[in-house]
Amino acid sequence: MANSMINTEPLKLTKDDFTSDQEPRWCPGCGDYSILAQMKKVLPELGIPKEKFVFVSGIGCSSRFPYYMDTYGFHSIHGRAAVLASGVKTANPDLKVFVITGDGDALSIGGNHFIHLCRRNIDITMVLFNNRIYGLTKGQYSPTSEKGKKTKSSPWGTLEAPFNPVQMAMASGASFVGRTIDRDPKHLADMLKRAAEHKGTAFVEVYQNCNIFNDGAFAQYTEQETKGDHVLQMEEGQPFIFGKNKDKVLNWNGDHFEISAFTAEKKPENPARHNPRSGNAAMEFLLSSLTYDDQFPTPFGVFRQLEQDTFEDLLVRQIEFVKQRKGPGDLNKLLQSGDSWMVE
Amino acid sequence: MAKKETQKLERVTIRFAGDSGDGMQLTGGQFTNTTALAGSDLITLPDYPAEIRAPAGTLFGVSGFQIQFSSQPVHTPGDMPDVLVAMNPAALKVNLAALRHNGIIIINSDAFQVKNLKLAAYEENPLENDSLKGYQVFPVQITELTREALKDSSLSMKEKDRCKNFFALGMTYWMFSHSMETTESWIKDKFASKPDLIDANLKALNAGYSYALSTEIFTTSYEVAKAYKEPGMYRNITGNEAIALGLIAAAHKSGKELFLGSYPITPASDILHELSKHRNHNVKTFQAEDEIAGIGTALGAAYAGSLAVTTTSGPGMALKTEFMGLAVMTELPLVIVNIQRGGPSTGLPTKTEQADLLQAVYGRNGEAPIPVIAAASPADCFMATFEACEIAFRVNSPVILLSDGYIANGAEPWKIPTAESLPEIKVEYATNPENYEPYKRDPQTLSRLHVLPGTPGFEHHVGGLEKDDSGNVSYVPDNHDRMIRLREAKIQKLADVLPQPEIFGAKEGDLLIISWGSTYGTIYTALDEILNRKTNKKIGWIHLRWINPLPKNLADYVSKFKKVLVPEINLGQLIKIIRSEYLVDAKGFNKVRGLPLSTSDLINAIDEELKG
Ligand code: SF4
Repeated sequence: MANSMINTEPLKLTKDDFTSDQEPRWCPGCGDYSILAQMKKVLPELGIPKEKFVFVSGIGCSSRFPYYMDTYGFHSIHGRAAVLASGVKTANPDLKVFVITGDGDALSIGGNHFIHLCRRNIDITMVLFNNRIYGLTKGQYSPTSEKGKKTKSSPWGTLEAPFNPVQMAMASGASFVGRTIDRDPKHLADMLKRAAEHKGTAFVEVYQNCNIFNDGAFAQYTEQETKGDHVLQMEEGQPFIFGKNKDKVLNWNGDHFEISAFTAEKKPENPARHNPRSGNAAMEFLLSSLTYDDQFPTPFGVFRQLEQDTFEDLLVRQIEFVKQRKGPGDLNKLLQSGDSWMVE
Repeated sequence: MAKKETQKLERVTIRFAGDSGDGMQLTGGQFTNTTALAGSDLITLPDYPAEIRAPAGTLFGVSGFQIQFSSQPVHTPGDMPDVLVAMNPAALKVNLAALRHNGIIIINSDAFQVKNLKLAAYEENPLENDSLKGYQVFPVQITELTREALKDSSLSMKEKDRCKNFFALGMTYWMFSHSMETTESWIKDKFASKPDLIDANLKALNAGYSYALSTEIFTTSYEVAKAYKEPGMYRNITGNEAIALGLIAAAHKSGKELFLGSYPITPASDILHELSKHRNHNVKTFQAEDEIAGIGTALGAAYAGSLAVTTTSGPGMALKTEFMGLAVMTELPLVIVNIQRGGPSTGLPTKTEQADLLQAVYGRNGEAPIPVIAAASPADCFMATFEACEIAFRVNSPVILLSDGYIANGAEPWKIPTAESLPEIKVEYATNPENYEPYKRDPQTLSRLHVLPGTPGFEHHVGGLEKDDSGNVSYVPDNHDRMIRLREAKIQKLADVLPQPEIFGAKEGDLLIISWGSTYGTIYTALDEILNRKTNKKIGWIHLRWINPLPKNLADYVSKFKKVLVPEINLGQLIKIIRSEYLVDAKGFNKVRGLPLSTSDLINAIDEELKG
């Protein structure tokens, strides 16, 4: 059961309250620093007492994250953060549970747990640091590395198609799915906050630069010259406008995407508008499929945001239901159930 | 009506055998409940194929259920049945060899037609030659007689034929002077929504009973007197049911919610099934996506403050190994239940074995000590489970509970404890947030002081990397050496508080038998017989409950006997520990046939040891 004491003081936490005494040991310039900074900025805004936060991680560079937060933290084993977190949240739904993971951790060794977490819709915020490489083991390709990529373990190029994490999360039933990037702190903070506020499994993919083993993997989304044409910021209710001067729009013509001009003089009559709450799987899937496509911009923002019952709420409700049906558990009655007899 | 006599017997072993679709497990279960209510002591041994509905009539599709009952204490399901109920030729073929000389065979003669005989690889009908000489054979047209009894029923022919096991059960009820009441009320309850089936099964049961009563072929019925039992309330219980109840009891007595993370696997799934019924006891069962997630969710729940459990069998243990290491490293209370089955790999999923002992004691990377406790019988599973939970909380450690397929599915009468008679389980957490260090230890138990997430002021980190007392990662060589020794010492120190096993028989002398787990009943029965012969040899026996840590008194006993014998259902695992721990030239008695040890084989082995 929740072991919390009633907190009567208004919460006035700051980012310092979440800073642990541990010096981060990521490489200088690593994208992880930015995610850490934005997380510390966002947590005080959630109105949740500090002791309720639990950060669970697996193995990998990203998974050191919990040590740097002054909250409850569990640094576990490779690929298994999602299951540990599921146990924590199911056992005590009162806690605010985060999973910090990477592309190898969540999608390779932990792939099975990742899809089942999404399917169950346990109220956990999962932040996937996607650097498209194995950092901690020093530079092998990961399940999100582009096909043909040359790495330490693929000197002649990889032969495998990459996973699309956003698509996987949606296909597996996550109720909140978003994407952001380490170099856009405002967007990153906004995405972390919205994911954390969502009730249900919230998945955020963060494009994270590994400046040691995969530097510049996401440069087209961060460099001034290319950013405009490659980044599509999805805004709820808005057309899919992008471009350096916000003068292009992405439209779906019923068969394929097209890009048209979006200026004062010339704009499509009825452009498609973003609706992450529609539950329209076809549209979600189409948008997310633009990820590895160079002809189109890559969408950032919220792909899906649906209100659905969480696993732990359903479980608690079922427990209450069975208590009503059978009466609260009486140990003597249970031990004596079945055919019993008395020996005098 | 023919005149019939009733003969008194002290002890009977009966085996029901038929197709896996014939309902033999159900028939055996009903016979067991009725026998228990009649006051006999008993033990059962279900023996069924891994296939759910193996092709009808085949040898490998034979499903059996054996029960020994007696007016005297019973500790095994019996080596050799006195009575065999064979529903088809394959059942006869598979089970005949085990039957006692001059034993009784009740046969469904309707099933002995060409097709079935061929499937059972009989060249001739054994009912028509003298291959069954030396047995008392009762061929009964069970299928025909069942159909006849149900001629007015609206059920289809196929459905009617499915009632024939109740006909056979009815016959055995007459034969052993049992009342039909328990089974009648079970039928009414079970088929409450299907009056046709209630009617048909009741009719078949009664028809079997009346047939045996009135036919000329059965001249004798038998009676087994009530066994002496300590006064109290009893019920029949299988090992798996006892584990489920033990867990719920421990949850009540520790004031914790029970969390089970589990993935279905034979023969452990019944624990998951049983626990999932009892949500009103605040039981949270979590059917995980795989074995790893089973233990992982449980460890998460342990961290968050539940009584956390994962249940599995050998292959699942292999998959959970890495998480066990994390549980050792983070020092969290977690009960890991292994219902051992035949291995390696998929092995013999529905058969029994004791070959996971070394895996339990040693099978992890690094120095990763885990206390290991083994249950001795179906009913003993209750207290073994309760103790495993107590110890997990006492030292904040994973604990492995070993059971096996035999005692998991086997049943025996269990004296039901009252909730009040069970000890409270103390669970302690750190209370002073000033300078809280997560890996600081209680000097008495060496247990670290855990704090549940959600407690203000105690925010801290745990994890799989080596830590110093403060919970910070530490690569300092001496710290690692110290931590490894502390984790080991914490487990070994438990030997100070765990009850020492009692020695049975001589306290010094010629032969010391050391055993563990489900062989308890066989060894008890074998020694009982040997000691009854008034041998002048001095034999002692210690049955281990905790195998890690070993009991403190064991070294002393080992030194007081000339020889040591370790019977196990493996190629010698406990013996390796005994030999290395006590430098003694112990001998093993090992059979790995997927079955409990046979009492007579064991008696021979003991006699052999005593000779030399
Ligand atoms: S290896 Fe790459 S991902 Fe890991 S800490 Fe260094 S820069 Fe960051």
